Amino acid sequence: MSIRVATRRIKSGFFTGLVVCLCFLAVLPLFLIFADLVHKGASSINWDFFVKIPVAAGQSGGGVSNAIVGTIIIVMIACAVGIPIGIGTGLYLAEYGIGKLGWFVRFLADVLNGTPSIVVGIFAWTWFVKPVHHFSALAGGVALALLMVPMLARTTEEMLRLVPNSLREAALALGYPRWRTSLSVMARVALSGIVTGSLVGVARVAGETAPLLFTALGNINFDTNIKEPMQTLSLQIFTYATGPFEDWHRLAWASALVLMSLVLALALAARWATRKRYGT
Amino acid sequence: MAPETLVQLETRRLSALFNRNVIVREVSLPFPRHTVTAIIGPSGCGKSTFLRCLNRMHELSEGGWATGQVLLDGHDIYGGSLEAVDVRRQVGMVFQRPTPFPTMSIYDNVAAGLRVNGRIPHKQMDEIVERALKQAALWDEVKDRLKGSAVALSGGQQQRLCVARAVAPAPEVLLLDEPTAALDPAGTQRIEELCTELKKRYTIVIVTHNMQQAARVSDFTAFFYMGRLVEVGATQQMFTKPNDPQTEAYITGRFG
Repeated sequence: MSIRVATRRIKSGFFTGLVVCLCFLAVLPLFLIFADLVHKGASSINWDFFVKIPVAAGQSGGGVSNAIVGTIIIVMIACAVGIPIGIGTGLYLAEYGIGKLGWFVRFLADVLNGTPSIVVGIFAWTWFVKPVHHFSALAGGVALALLMVPMLARTTEEMLRLVPNSLREAALALGYPRWRTSLSVMARVALSGIVTGSLVGVARVAGETAPLLFTALGNINFDTNIKEPMQTLSLQIFTYATGPFEDWHRLAWASALVLMSLVLALALAARWATRKRYGT
Repeated sequence: MAPETLVQLETRRLSALFNRNVIVREVSLPFPRHTVTAIIGPSGCGKSTFLRCLNRMHELSEGGWATGQVLLDGHDIYGGSLEAVDVRRQVGMVFQRPTPFPTMSIYDNVAAGLRVNGRIPHKQMDEIVERALKQAALWDEVKDRLKGSAVALSGGQQQRLCVARAVAPAPEVLLLDEPTAALDPAGTQRIEELCTELKKRYTIVIVTHNMQQAARVSDFTAFFYMGRLVEVGATQQMFTKPNDPQTEAYITGRFG
């Protein structure tokens, strides 16, 4: 009897230890990456880094203000295009998506979710760059929006499904049409979850590089015209990290640190938005 | 039974189905104006499904559909001349568990059913909300915190809030689906008192598995068993000398 208890305890302890180790392994890279970025990038971050544009190759100094502003603009374009479509699709799936069409849309969203971002980039290039023979921030934003839509659609649907069906019935029993039930009752209850999903989606696309290579292209000047090529932090990192100059490498590390901090800030904002979720 | 002209709502050979499963079988039942009719029967006898056919909620469940007629003031609500949304505005409903909208204040909850019909001037809305809350016997408890959260109320108060929300748009019929199932005895008593009060203005249909409740609040009682209407009659007669042996067995607690 006591031997059985002892064996059981040893087994239990072993598996608890194992999962703790695995958890640690899972989050370790995040800490290593961040520590590395701070170690190699923090020293290059100064006022110039935020306000100046890149200097000619080989010279020292300069900043990446164009990339920071570019990242913000392109992400905003992606949000403007992607969030309404993504959330709208999610509302459709949650409210009407029970038939074959719903299944089909859900399936497509899942496939699109798993599509490599470089493929989405090529697609955006074919449709938004090639016809006009011109790279642009707009095309880049649309490419990122394409990545956001399936993510947002699925999260929105999941969040709406968490809302008790009794509320839906209560609204319908009051004579609410379905679309009003969906918008003014269900979506409002699920709002914080939907906001979180959107922020996570934004955080994910903010760091994308591949779809921007053939669309926004990059720009060494400060340019806010969305019809022109535009620089982003991710493209900046790509250019600088693969370049031959020591100064570029320094700036690449610093840019990576800034980009990572932006994503982290968004993730924290997402946490903050979930803080008072319905039912908790 | 009351004379034909006094009947406000009536089902004629109403059947309710889920896909091919018949849940309610050809029930013909009149509901006289300004009376309370209790529907009793064991779990799974189709009483809730029947109730949900009376405001076309049943068809919202996956695979749910109905045949037969439901006449509201002589017009068939399944006849095509009425939209489901309009039917639901004339036939209010209160559910088993309180379902206040958590994102809305107490005031907005009561106003919800009216706002969906279009804009109403503030002053008029204030009056309607006050009247509805008074009818639901909740006004005195919430009049100082109308802008407060609806989910901060107790379960019994939430259920009365749902009654207020259902009566605010001035429906003709009020459907109560086991409205006290989730309430304590005090809350139950308040709702039962409400039934007696509300029937002056509305025709009430209440589904309950509590026979004492049916005996206390209703004028007529209908007994359902396995999807069929076994017997209907004046409550007193149903509980003292029912005609059908099945009714008697259920009422005396021998099954269900």
